Amino acid sequence: MNDSEPTAGAAPSVGVRAETEKAETRVALTPDTVGKVLGLGYQVTVESGAGTRSGFDDQAYRDAGAEVVDGPVWGADVVIGINPPPAEDIRRLRPGATSISMLAPALEPDRVAVLAEQGVTALAMDAVPRISRAQSLDVLSSMANIAGYRAVIEAAHAFGRFLTGQVTAAGKVPPAKVLVAGVGVAGLAAIAAANSLGAVVRATDPRPEVADQVRSLGGEYLAVDVVQDMGTDGYAKATSEDYDRRAAEIYAEQAADVDIVITTALIPGRPAPRLLTAEHVASMKPGSVVVDMAAAQGGNVAGTVAGEVVVTDNGVTLIGYTDLPGRLPAQASQLYGTNVVNLLRLLTPGKDGQLTLDLDDVVQRGMTVAHGGQVLWPPPPVSVSATPAAAAAAAPAAPAAKEEPVRRPWLRAAGAVLGALVLFGITSVAPAPLAGHLTVFALAVVIGFYVIGNVHHALHTPLMSVTNAISGIIVVAALLQIGTDDALVTGLSGAAVLLTTINIVGGFAVTRRMLNMFSRS
Amino acid sequence: MTAQTLTTAAYLLAALLFLASLAGLAKHETARTGVRTGIAGMTIALVAAVAANLDSGATGLLVLVVALVVGAAIGLWRAKVVEMTGMPELIALMHSFVGLAAVLVGWNGYLDHGAEDGLTGSLLGVHHAEVVIGVFIGAVTFTGSIIAYLKLSARINSSPLQLPGRHVLNLLALVAFAVLTVVFVVQPAVWVLGVVTVVALLLGLHLVASIGGGDMPVVVSMLNSYSGWAAAAAGFLLSNDLLIITGALVGSSGAYLSYIMCKAMNRSFVSVIAGGFGAPTASGAAQVDGEHREIDAAGVAELLTSARTVVITPGYGMAVAQAQHPVAEMTRRLRAQGVEVRFGIHPVAGRLPGHMNVLLAEANIPYDVVLEMDEINDDLADTDVVLVIGANDTVNPSAAEDPASPIAGMPVLHVWEARNVVVFKRSMASGYAGVQNPLFFRENTQMLFGDAKDRVVDIVAALPAPVSAG
Repeated sequence: MNDSEPTAGAAPSVGVRAETEKAETRVALTPDTVGKVLGLGYQVTVESGAGTRSGFDDQAYRDAGAEVVDGPVWGADVVIGINPPPAEDIRRLRPGATSISMLAPALEPDRVAVLAEQGVTALAMDAVPRISRAQSLDVLSSMANIAGYRAVIEAAHAFGRFLTGQVTAAGKVPPAKVLVAGVGVAGLAAIAAANSLGAVVRATDPRPEVADQVRSLGGEYLAVDVVQDMGTDGYAKATSEDYDRRAAEIYAEQAADVDIVITTALIPGRPAPRLLTAEHVASMKPGSVVVDMAAAQGGNVAGTVAGEVVVTDNGVTLIGYTDLPGRLPAQASQLYGTNVVNLLRLLTPGKDGQLTLDLDDVVQRGMTVAHGGQVLWPPPPVSVSATPAAAAAAAPAAPAAKEEPVRRPWLRAAGAVLGALVLFGITSVAPAPLAGHLTVFALAVVIGFYVIGNVHHALHTPLMSVTNAISGIIVVAALLQIGTDDALVTGLSGAAVLLTTINIVGGFAVTRRMLNMFSRS
Repeated sequence: MTAQTLTTAAYLLAALLFLASLAGLAKHETARTGVRTGIAGMTIALVAAVAANLDSGATGLLVLVVALVVGAAIGLWRAKVVEMTGMPELIALMHSFVGLAAVLVGWNGYLDHGAEDGLTGSLLGVHHAEVVIGVFIGAVTFTGSIIAYLKLSARINSSPLQLPGRHVLNLLALVAFAVLTVVFVVQPAVWVLGVVTVVALLLGLHLVASIGGGDMPVVVSMLNSYSGWAAAAAGFLLSNDLLIITGALVGSSGAYLSYIMCKAMNRSFVSVIAGGFGAPTASGAAQVDGEHREIDAAGVAELLTSARTVVITPGYGMAVAQAQHPVAEMTRRLRAQGVEVRFGIHPVAGRLPGHMNVLLAEANIPYDVVLEMDEINDDLADTDVVLVIGANDTVNPSAAEDPASPIAGMPVLHVWEARNVVVFKRSMASGYAGVQNPLFFRENTQMLFGDAKDRVVDIVAALPAPVSAG
């Protein structure tokens, strides 16, 4: 349990750090998300100027109900930031306090050790398990979404032409061709953005099951026809040799053809896979643009420089920005802040400002890298629940469905023949009036079937109430019997008339009521 | 031209008007005319029947007039006050009236010895057979409808009654009926008719009691059919072609609806009639487990306002929660914002064929945005948000994907193909068929727990002032 001491009887405080990294434009909580944290029972303290570069001034935070302080907020019960706390500042965290930020625990074990030493509970926003329930806390997804969009915008900016095809009075402009390598969250966002700008979009990914997602966003999926497994953690695994060879061929073909390449391939805890070699880049047309979203992890493309824009000798622009989400700072902050709020909501079930860490919950366990002086990284593996078994199951469904009709036509034919024989038999021996009635009856049944078959599905209930009303025609039978001397018969007929009249009048009336409700827009 | 020929002519006219009435119901545009046609036909038939009866004694006339007036008053009153969600109950109850009337007419046909005047030999035998058949069908319809009414109005438990050897019981009842018919034809006696009536009453009771709540659309349309056959049987008894024709029309109408419902559930008519789904067999059905995601009403409102296309698939749960009016309000607001909202109706949604359509119409939702399953299924993949309100089995992906599932092969709404699915549900319990629904655990599905009406009201409240996205 977290033994954070409330300061002087006040509610536990949440401190929002001003990011110290030069390139960082985002802030961990926006005024809007501050309001939601207040709703969970916390006090919020914001370091002065924290939101300036995202377009939120101190006054906006005050208006939202936060306290703005000039100095740093390391003394708060819960300290929230985006980038990992600098090593020297970790010492300023109160033991027992909670620190929430991105931590890259796999890459920076030293920092995790320092956090544990300090006795703080450290939650890594970038270590959210990839399960459905945790999606609302997953900053990697929310940031990747923004980054994918921004990558297309950066590419469009550097690309000296329209992305959409146009036929103008001044001639025809062909649409740009965009290749998106890696269909994760960022890749999907890039496909959607490029498609909405009018480009022809193609996408590659080792996992064939993403093909439908690509198509649903208007892209074309380029399959690599080599079997490839998906890891149990929802990320693509490193690829096999066969696969790599075939993929390299595809990239070679595509590089020469497309105008814009956006690469998003990342494997957790490993350097980014190299997708485009120097030869591929050299084969690209002058003026083409490559956005390497994995530049910070070594790059998917030969020649990209992290954080820089490089123009090759053959006129290809290689963009290696590592701060793509930060280039939409207000929105990135809002999404990050919402992820933080969702985390705090999970940690504060009582909405009373009491942070309660439940290490039996896979989501909380996965994010907790340090707690009570111990390093808790790496967490035990979590298996993704939604394994796609559907595709395999669909195949046997067909034979199973076929089995029944095999028996049925025979039965049905036998039934029809039997019915015909019975009808024939009865009618052939029936006395004159009965035979006539049977004829009328049989024809009416057939006509009824055809008439009803035309009725619109939406009118089935009115149909039932009308047929209900007209089946009250049995009143005619009762009426014919009423005029006898037998009191019992008269009584019974009277009752029958009463019942059927309810039916007739009620049935028609309620149908009218229903039909009057049906209206066209 | 005699009174007899006049009556016959009037009956012919009435029969044709009924036929025209049903034909008119085929389309929304002509449906109202259809009802008027039906009323005209019924008026002609009644006037003719009463006119032919004017020579009966004063008592008879008094009883007749009182019965007509009181019946009409009750009918009008019921039609006026019934809730649209209560339509299945009303219709089931009305079927029971026809059934009971048929029993009474049958008994009268026997007791009123005047009716047998001039009947000799084989014709008398036919008459007696007609009495038994009419009483039998009427009695089955009567008790069956009463049980259906009680189940639909939740006065008794709607789960299927599983008597041991229930098929044998049904079969025995049919055999007893056949034997007793022969006995009655040979040697008519009140006790025989009494036994037939009791057997038929019990059969109707047992038939419907052993069918579960989810199969009610089939049961109600089947009883609709029976009530028609009962009327036709009365027609044979009285040599009245109008009754025969009308009964046959109603009978085949109900049979056709039953057929549509059965097809929509991928089950044979016999299997529905013989009893509901058995206890959910754990053997075949893949155990679905996984994490479901929750969403709140404000989140749904946000999702809806940012969507271009929304499809709402209602089920019986919407009727139970009486959520159709808030749903309509939500639809209006979304349409005002330029969101394309449509409805996808599964044929067996609700407890009556077309039940959902009536509820949505009651809430003033234009009928041209209310589409049938086959009309909308192909569009679901291009839909941004699907709201599943009170439906479960009709949107279960295992029907399409899991051949071991008890509902495998049943046509369902492919809601899981949409980009986002929000399922309104009280809890994580399984649906009527007792089949777990993997839809709830899909990546693109979010659950909104609570009473459907309250939740939709919450969404409507969140709609006009969209939550700012920063």
